Order: sequence, then C-alpha cells, then structure tokens
Amino acid sequence: MRFHFNILVPVVAVAACATAAAQTPDYKNVGRTPTAQEVQAMDIAIGTDGKELPPGSGNAKTGGVLFAQKCAACHGENQEGSAQAPALVGGKGTLTSLHPKMTAGSYWPFATTIFDYIRRAMPRYQEGSLKVDEVYSLTAFILYRNDIIKEDDVIDATTLPKIKMPNRDGFIPQNLDEIHDWKKRGCKLGHCP
Amino acid sequence: MNPKQTDRRRFLKNGAALAGLAVGASASALPAAAEPALEKVDELHLYGERSHYVTAVRNGSINNPERRLKDEPVAFGLRTPLQDSVGMITPSSLHFTISHGFEPPDIDPKEHHLLIHGMVDRPLIFSVDEIKRLPFVTRFHFVECHGNSSPRGPGGDARIAANATPQETHGFTSCSQWTGVLLSTLLKEAGVQKTATWIIAEGADEPKHSKSIPIGKAWDDALVAYGQNGEPVRPEQGFPLRLIVPGWQGINNVKWLRRIDLVDEPYMAMMETSRYPSMRLDGKSRWFEFELGPKSVITRPAGGYKMPGPGFHEITGLAWSGAGAVKRVEVSTDGGRTWKDAQLHDPIARKAHTRFSSPWTWDGKETILLSRCTDDQGTVQPTIAQVAKLWNADIDFLLKTQQVVGDFNAIQPWKVNADGSVQNALV
Repeated sequence: MRFHFNILVPVVAVAACATAAAQTPDYKNVGRTPTAQEVQAMDIAIGTDGKELPPGSGNAKTGGVLFAQKCAACHGENQEGSAQAPALVGGKGTLTSLHPKMTAGSYWPFATTIFDYIRRAMPRYQEGSLKVDEVYSLTAFILYRNDIIKEDDVIDATTLPKIKMPNRDGFIPQNLDEIHDWKKRGCKLGHCP
Repeated sequence: MNPKQTDRRRFLKNGAALAGLAVGASASALPAAAEPALEKVDELHLYGERSHYVTAVRNGSINNPERRLKDEPVAFGLRTPLQDSVGMITPSSLHFTISHGFEPPDIDPKEHHLLIHGMVDRPLIFSVDEIKRLPFVTRFHFVECHGNSSPRGPGGDARIAANATPQETHGFTSCSQWTGVLLSTLLKEAGVQKTATWIIAEGADEPKHSKSIPIGKAWDDALVAYGQNGEPVRPEQGFPLRLIVPGWQGINNVKWLRRIDLVDEPYMAMMETSRYPSMRLDGKSRWFEFELGPKSVITRPAGGYKMPGPGFHEITGLAWSGAGAVKRVEVSTDGGRTWKDAQLHDPIARKAHTRFSSPWTWDGKETILLSRCTDDQGTVQPTIAQVAKLWNADIDFLLKTQQVVGDFNAIQPWKVNADGSVQNALV
C-alpha cells in the first residue's frame, strides 16, 4: 500500500510543476467537477471524531417520543427487538457465551456509528426522512436505554464523539494503525491473529 | 422457479406474443405499399430461457415487505446451487445475494452518478456512460460472504444439517466475469492527496451501505464494474455500478456504487464495526479482516446426491482463494488417509473459482470424500482442528457458537454411505 502511495506523490508533484496541460487528467472531458450541492447531498459519512456531525442537538426524552412513533413497530416498545428488527438494548455479559447478544449497548464500539446509521438507513421504508435534531434525539435515547448517558443529557456534535462505549476495547487489533500493515500481519490459513 | 411460476411466465409471454400478432394483423391491413411483413419473433426467442427440465434455483430467502407485514422472520439471503454448477462461472441469475433485509433499488442508469471526492485535487462526478468511455478490464473474480461455510453462517443451522447440500454448506460464493474500470484509473483522474489512507465506498441503496477500505487495495485491483458475464450487472448485484474488491470479504463489494470518499481513517460504519467482526471465545472480536483464505468444496458427489451404484464416478468441485490463483487441489476418497492431485480446468484465474476434477471408482463401501486447496502464495486450506487452534478454541466451540465464524475455510467432508446416499459430515 505504501508502495503505491509513494509512487503517486512524485507523479502529482511533477504534474504541478509542469504546464497547465500536464495538470489535466488523462482522459479529456470524461467526468466533471461536482457542484457543492451534489457533494453535500451525498457526503453523509460520520467519522469517530465527529467532525462531520451537523449542527443540532437532542436528548433521550424527545428521542423516546420519536422512538414510539417511528421505531417501536419493528424494534419493539422496549427496544427488545422483533422478528423484523434487532434488539437495541441488553446483551451485557453475553459476549463470551455461545449466544452472544450484540446490541448498540453491549457491542457497538462507537456512538458516532449510531448517529450515522440512523441517519442513513432508518426508519425502514422512510430512510433519510429524519431531521438532524431527530437523529440526535434517537441516538440519545438508545444511549440512555443502555445506561450510557442520562435522560436529559444533551447530545450534539461536541458531546457525541466524547462518549466511550462499553465495548470500545473489545476489538482486535486495538490500534487501527496496525491495519496499514495488513499484508504483513502474518495472516495464515485465511485468518489474521 | 416453481412450476406455478413457470406456467405464469409462459402465460404472460404467450399473451405478449398474441398482442404482437394482433398488431401484425392490423398492419397487414394497410395498403400494399407498406413494408413487407417481417416474421414476428415470439418473445420467448428474444430473451432465451433454459429448458424447463432444468430446475436448479437459489434457496434461502430475502426479507421482502410482504414477509415483514405477515410477521414472518427476518430472512437473510439466497444461496447459489453449487451442486448443479458446471465450469467456474455462476449464471448471473443464480449468483448468491445477501441484502441485509433491504430490496435492490430500481436505478435508472441515466440518473445514476459516481462521485469521487474527499482528499483529492480534483473532485469528479461521472455518469455511467462516462465510466463506460474509459479504458476497461475484464476479469474473473469470485464474490464470497465472509460467513460462507461457517457452521452458522447467514443461512443459519441449515449448513450443519446432515442432509445439507453444497448449496447449504457453501452457497454464499459465486464467480462472474466482471467488466469495468479499475478504481486506480478513477483515482488518478481525481489526483489523490498524500493524506488519504482509506476510502469510504458507498451505495445508493436504501440504507446507503458504506464500507471503509484501505487505499492500498483501491490502487491494487479494485474495479468499478458495469458488466457481469457479458451483460450489465444485474439489479440485485449492483446495477448499474458495483465495486469489486477481488478476494476480500463480500461486504466490501459495494453494490449500486454512488460515492468514493478519500479519507484518512476508517469511518467505523455500522456493518464493519457491528455486524462483520468475528467474536472469539474471550469476547474480543477480530475486525477489519479482509482477505478470504483458500477454500474448496466437492460439488458432486456431495450432500444430497445419490450414487447410482458402485463404479466410475468423476469427482468435481470448486476451489478459490482471496490471495491469488489456485495452485493445487488434492482430493481424498478415504477420509484423508491418502490424497491425490486433482486436475485444474481452465481458466485458472486469480481470485476466481477454479473448477477441479478427479477420477474415482467407488467400491460401494462407506467412505469420506475431502478436497484441499493450496493457493499460489503456498497457503493450504486448513482442517477444522487447525481453524479451532487459530481461534484458541475447540472444534465444539466452532460448531456450537450461535454467531458467524468469519472466514471459516475448513476442509469440507462428505460421507458416502453404503446405500449410495451422500451426507454432510461437518455436523
């Protein structure tokens, strides 16, 4: 990976010093510069530091009302899950059993993922219909129901990334920088240690 | 397809043909100056159909709205009928599919775009037609779910049933000839900045599936495919554009691809952090595993097959590896006491299913059939005991845990009984 990457850098650097023509892409008039609106409409991924989180806020009280209206039909009134959708609470202490129950509370390593997934994928059949404050409130409600925050805690772009999820340290490798050496990690028989 | 559906399709097609005839009839009533009547082509001939004596279909289920409304359980995916396969290509209509409960979107290719942005010098947006104007590659690659052949994979307990067929044990892998533009071609056009170390690939489906992928793979051999087996990629496989990430867990092969975001860290999306890590006995999960190991399965004689009697029977199956090409397949007809090199059939492509065969004369006695794959990196497909050792667990844990054991590639045993019936022996 580094190999490819380092090759690219000098190519870009040389192009920058060359003529204007040399800075243009290889294939003329294929593809165009997107408009700011086109990028904004699709640029929805939220990283763990939360720098992409939009302005807005919510709390679990508001989230509970929304949950009853928009989520309980599939996820259950008490977030216990149903044949239609997984449980959103419970599972503490089950991860070492033969029947691990992997919920946002017992398993998910990052709170930002909850916001990201609700906004992009929920509610079913009306994906993308929630307002930003509603997404914050539903995120807060799930965190509250898993005893991670209090009911009136305000969840926003500042507070959400700071939440440490209970299973944050449950993943290997811990240090994601190790993944950069994925080819050197001594993967044998199709498995990595 | 069940007989009822076949009848219904026939009826519809005959109806369409009749409608065509009606139009033809009114046309012939025009004055003689009209164009000479062309032979009307029955719609059945316009898009060919296989013999109605051929009945191989996928099994499993998809989670469609009707099932949800009837409170039927969430279902997971459809498996390829490997026991009926010949050669190394999977017909597109039989390619496995796992949709996580979401239906394929109905995308008009004229409205669809692919955005390349983030840490690039020149953000670019391409129409599908523009992608097709660029230099392309055509390559054979398998796509395999990381849970394929796991004792409890996406198909649940069916995999470890004694009557499981190769479809139930290994049906979440399929192989196609993919045509498209190398992702590296698009990245060069956009000018990737040196801070970018990962990409986020994102689909246009309802949940906007997203996956973080190290940029090394993006430069290596990932491709933006618009063709599959000589035709456009099928809707349930990502029409009009699918990211193919050769040899890596299926979840990376983002369907309905709409966006590549160049970033400097994995974005910890839902699937990669919460559904696709594999948990060990100590409760710790392996995450961001990518490459699938060498694997093989005998597809005939195999579970569900009935030997017609003692005598000659060519053994055949499929082998593949996410690391490269299949270099060797060995077959044992005596439960692993002795092994014999199988013949590999062309094409033998990197990160693709490879068809193998081995002659066998059955003596009519009970025995176990095995196959073992070695890839061009020298990695050998493990026994289940070796897999258990890697997991610091015993075989019992692998067989009994209710969750998916990711990247499970243990040798598959098939038991041939004296009465000729063949059964799954990994139970």
